[in-house]
Amino acid sequence: MSRVQNAVIGSVKTVLGWMPERWLPGGTPDPLIGRHGEVGRQASRLDGPQKVQGKARFSAEVAMEGMCYAALINSPITRGRIARLDTAAAEAAPGVVLVLTHRNMPRLEIVPVMSITNMGAVGNSALPILQDDQIRYNGQVIALVLAETQEQADHAATLVGIGYEEAPARTRFEEAKSSARSLASIMVEKNQVSVGDAPRELQQAPYSVDNIYRTPGHNHAAIELHAVTTAWDGDALTLHDSTQAIAPTANALAKLFGVKREGVRVLSPFVGGGFGGKAFWDHQVVAIAAARIAARPVRLMLSREAVYRMIGGRTPTEQRVALAADHEGKFTAVVHTGYSVMPTYAVCPEQYSLGSRAAYRSKTYQFGQRHLDLDVVPNTYMRGPGESVGSFAMESAVDELAHQMAIDPIELRRRNEPDKHPLSGTAFSQRGVLEAYRMGAERFGWDQRSAQPGTRRDGEWLTGMGCATGSFPYVRMPAGAVRIHLTKGGQATVSCSAQDMGMGTSTVQSQHAADRLGLPLDAITFEMGDSDLPPAPMAGGSAQTVSIAAAIAAAADKLAGELLRLAGNASPVAGLRAGEVRLVDGSLVSLENPSRRDSFHAILSRAGREAVAVTASASAPLEMLKFAMQSMSAIFCEARVSEVTGEVRVTRLLGSFDCGTILNPKTAASQFRGGMIMGLGMALTEETLFDERSGRIMNANLADYHIPAHLDVPEIDVIWTGIPDPRSPLGARGIGEVGITGVAAAIANAVFNATGKRVRDLPLTLDKLL
Amino acid sequence: MIPFTFARATSPEDALGLAALEGHRLLGGGTNLVDLMRKGVEHPVTLVDVTALSSDISETAQGGLLIGGATRNTALAAHPLVRTRYPVLSRAILAGASAQIRNMATVAGNILQRSRCAYFNDPAASRCNKRLPGSGCDAREGLNRYHAILGGSASCISAHPSDMCVALVALDAQVHLLGLAGARTVPLAEFYRLPGETPQIETVMAPGEIITAIELPPLPVAARSAYRKVRDRASYAFALVSVAACASVQDGVLTELRLAFGGIAPKPWRALRAEQALLGGPVTRDAVFAAMDLELAEAAPLAGNAFKLELARRTAFAVLADLTGETA
Ligand SMILES: Cc1cc2nc3c(=O)[nH]c(=O)nc-3n(C[C@H](O)[C@H](O)[C@H](O)COP(=O)(O)OP(=O)(O)OC[C@H]3O[C@@H](n4cnc5c(N)ncnc54)[C@H](O)[C@@H]3O)c2cc1C
Ligand code: SF4
Repeated sequence: MSRVQNAVIGSVKTVLGWMPERWLPGGTPDPLIGRHGEVGRQASRLDGPQKVQGKARFSAEVAMEGMCYAALINSPITRGRIARLDTAAAEAAPGVVLVLTHRNMPRLEIVPVMSITNMGAVGNSALPILQDDQIRYNGQVIALVLAETQEQADHAATLVGIGYEEAPARTRFEEAKSSARSLASIMVEKNQVSVGDAPRELQQAPYSVDNIYRTPGHNHAAIELHAVTTAWDGDALTLHDSTQAIAPTANALAKLFGVKREGVRVLSPFVGGGFGGKAFWDHQVVAIAAARIAARPVRLMLSREAVYRMIGGRTPTEQRVALAADHEGKFTAVVHTGYSVMPTYAVCPEQYSLGSRAAYRSKTYQFGQRHLDLDVVPNTYMRGPGESVGSFAMESAVDELAHQMAIDPIELRRRNEPDKHPLSGTAFSQRGVLEAYRMGAERFGWDQRSAQPGTRRDGEWLTGMGCATGSFPYVRMPAGAVRIHLTKGGQATVSCSAQDMGMGTSTVQSQHAADRLGLPLDAITFEMGDSDLPPAPMAGGSAQTVSIAAAIAAAADKLAGELLRLAGNASPVAGLRAGEVRLVDGSLVSLENPSRRDSFHAILSRAGREAVAVTASASAPLEMLKFAMQSMSAIFCEARVSEVTGEVRVTRLLGSFDCGTILNPKTAASQFRGGMIMGLGMALTEETLFDERSGRIMNANLADYHIPAHLDVPEIDVIWTGIPDPRSPLGARGIGEVGITGVAAAIANAVFNATGKRVRDLPLTLDKLL
Repeated sequence: MIPFTFARATSPEDALGLAALEGHRLLGGGTNLVDLMRKGVEHPVTLVDVTALSSDISETAQGGLLIGGATRNTALAAHPLVRTRYPVLSRAILAGASAQIRNMATVAGNILQRSRCAYFNDPAASRCNKRLPGSGCDAREGLNRYHAILGGSASCISAHPSDMCVALVALDAQVHLLGLAGARTVPLAEFYRLPGETPQIETVMAPGEIITAIELPPLPVAARSAYRKVRDRASYAFALVSVAACASVQDGVLTELRLAFGGIAPKPWRALRAEQALLGGPVTRDAVFAAMDLELAEAAPLAGNAFKLELARRTAFAVLADLTGETA
């Protein structure tokens, strides 16, 4: 994220601009688009039976011979040093195997942190782990206690005597604003961008809104706690981890502990929810170090409280959005700036202004984010980083402007729909958000909405409707590989190290592989979750599906070449090249003349082979640079607000999505719904209570950190345009994160429509509506 | 969590003998006590399981109900006599916690559940006079959205978290206590002590005393009763404000009224002043708001909870209007 990076990406984009489209990957649409096969079918998750029968083993359930259990101590102070450390009582306690502190921790380097320029890295924190007596944030791990049982470890942890010398800490958002930093770039975009004179337009325009929106911190609350079970065998390390970054974790660990990469095996076949929180944190490192010193297998499962204290969440934000419009409702200024927390040792810039840059046509623009350096657990990615909170601000502002102009908010969006990326001028690969609005409005009954707020009621309940746009950029990660192993009997095993956090990756990629290889679904075995398999990139940025799909496509091409080579001169397909055949019905078939075909079975039999295997890597994701690509949504909400208590109840929620091809309606609908429920939580209930005096999180548990309960969640309707993206593998774009975006704004807009009260400060708790 | 031993009491006398021993704590469903042990707030040496003591619900000679202290919250809420004669109690219980927790929780445990104040529950890092007398109160200037607006003191502003108990004080419930000195009965309304200078002392129970039962008097007005809980999510959250009310109206005026509040005070708050002001008059918005102003006259709201004043007034009126058939 540097100036150099801006320049590099800028020039790559310039070069690509000169090239004809068809030279690029995605230039010729994927031939599987529109083909009726397994893809697009309503397949149930292949791991479903294992999960409901309790047979899916998660990382804290793996048994190991001679295993011992770890408990952590997290710092109760925010800044300072450990002045006194007395481990004798803990070491003498029953069952204790080891007390690990900065004194006996091996000296380790800083774990390289993930960034756009180092996509292979996984670290979430650039702070040393148990290397010195310094306390840098509240919750920092300061000791690990290892014992024969979990109870013994937990108890012994209370016996470690620690004295602290406190130092002043930076914990106040407002105070830190005066020394906020401005990064050169936010992800791959230049940070501070000004086009035209937005302040002047704001002053002169007949219509304008200019407001501050606030969102609180949020914490990760995946149902499965972060956990590892780990063991050393000499210099070979096995780590059962709950992670969304298997291969990168193995790479990082090999470097960190100075052992061979081949000797490190990270296994994570099932993950009980990741959402950005399950990458690489301190707990893996201390557990592995403890296992090495104790020469015993170690189980470490974080407590729920520890997940709050040592796994970063979403930063609070304070965002300014200003919009100006002329008499026709055409935007003349779009401004989105603000502040969020990102300590220098954290990795996530919470890119809330990025979605706004691609959202609307306008005469002028002004964008820029500033970051506050506080002494807190490093903030990180959390479902829909940036867009989730950014869309709350922007889409609330659009609603405010529509109200001021007395225009239907969908109509206002239509009038400002861009035909190309508003800032870069890059063509959209495909953009059907207006179609999503049309479908959604019809199904939701948007025409029943009263344009006048506060005019519909049902007893004490005021009712209203709101809508908002959601969006999340298309990302395909570079450098994923897969192996395909095809037997003479027509069974294919597709393998890569990818991770399934419950979204159905193995199911969907099996469907894909069946179509790509011309085999029935039950002939496909998809292997994943193991770093010994060809490396897949981390699951993040809603990118895993297309990233693996591209690797499978590349491997299938290579497999076709290999089969052609093995087919020999006597084959009906002799003389054809890989690009001239398709894999259909267990055969190689000429594209030009489908009567020229040769079955896999015949080819392998003639070649005297039982099986053939190929490994290939995905093409570089250049389509991301050549085209502006986003998943989008139109979210509709109907809400009731009690005139007595200010309580908000969402009664209906509809998401109408435009995300390219939907590969599996069942798993996709679950992704959308799950995202929308998280958006509902963001809107109504979720808030990390951070005591600015101490720098400590005060609701580090699920009783006081309110995720929505069942009763908060209405039935959620999900539909999609299903228009394929001609520039992506399978015509698909990401669907994992777009679901959360736009939801908070749609709800806030519905609340305004119900009550006439505009709340710009999440969550929408009742005190703000009394 | 520190190691502890476990014992099971089979009779009240048995429990009594154990309860008086140093470091012994009674264990109901454990939904509060065990949590507090995990957090390091409580450090019992021995847990004495009292769930085998009476969990009977029986009619008294006077026509009230006697409810064993070990009765599970779920069982009490579901009891036909409770549902028909004291619906406010059923509703209050069902508005609390989650089905799983209510299945475990006992009546005595519910009455004696402790503060949900975040600082009380954070011995590792926070100052709290209730947990460590004289250490200070981090809530006063800190996060106090859930705290008391009435009845607090300079030393503590924690609110009593129970829903069930709000209904119980509205119903004039009596607490049956058994101690080495014998048995006695205390009205629930007088059972809790306001924090004053000693927030660590929460009730009038003598050391070693146990709760054996709760008694409800016969109360015909309770057949027309309601509980409304206002909270930060639709279920599974503690009350910001809750209202329990029993009322009867004749010729447009209130002839009988029981009104109690949760979420606003260190104990379930019986609103006697408001009851007095309203009796004999109609249920109008003005009348209820005026009565509530009397009730809240000594309120001392803080930065995080001042909204409860208005919320309490409004909710009280909505509940009473609903109960008496007035339109809100
Ligand atoms: C996540 C969560 C949410 C909750 N939400 C709500 C809510 O919304 N509303 C609400 O009202 N409550 C709520 N609760 C609290 C719940 O109601 C209490 O935890 C429960 O009622 C306590 O009962 P128990 O039997 O489990 O008590 P225990 O935890 O077993 O004991 C509590 C106390 O009572 C003492 N005790 C138990 N029995 C006796 C006896 N016979 N004599 C003397 N002392 C005794 C114990 O020694 C201990 O001090 C919630 C709890 C949790 C964990
Ligand atoms: S309000 Fe009471 S319980 Fe909370 S910190 Fe203050 S003294 Fe402790």
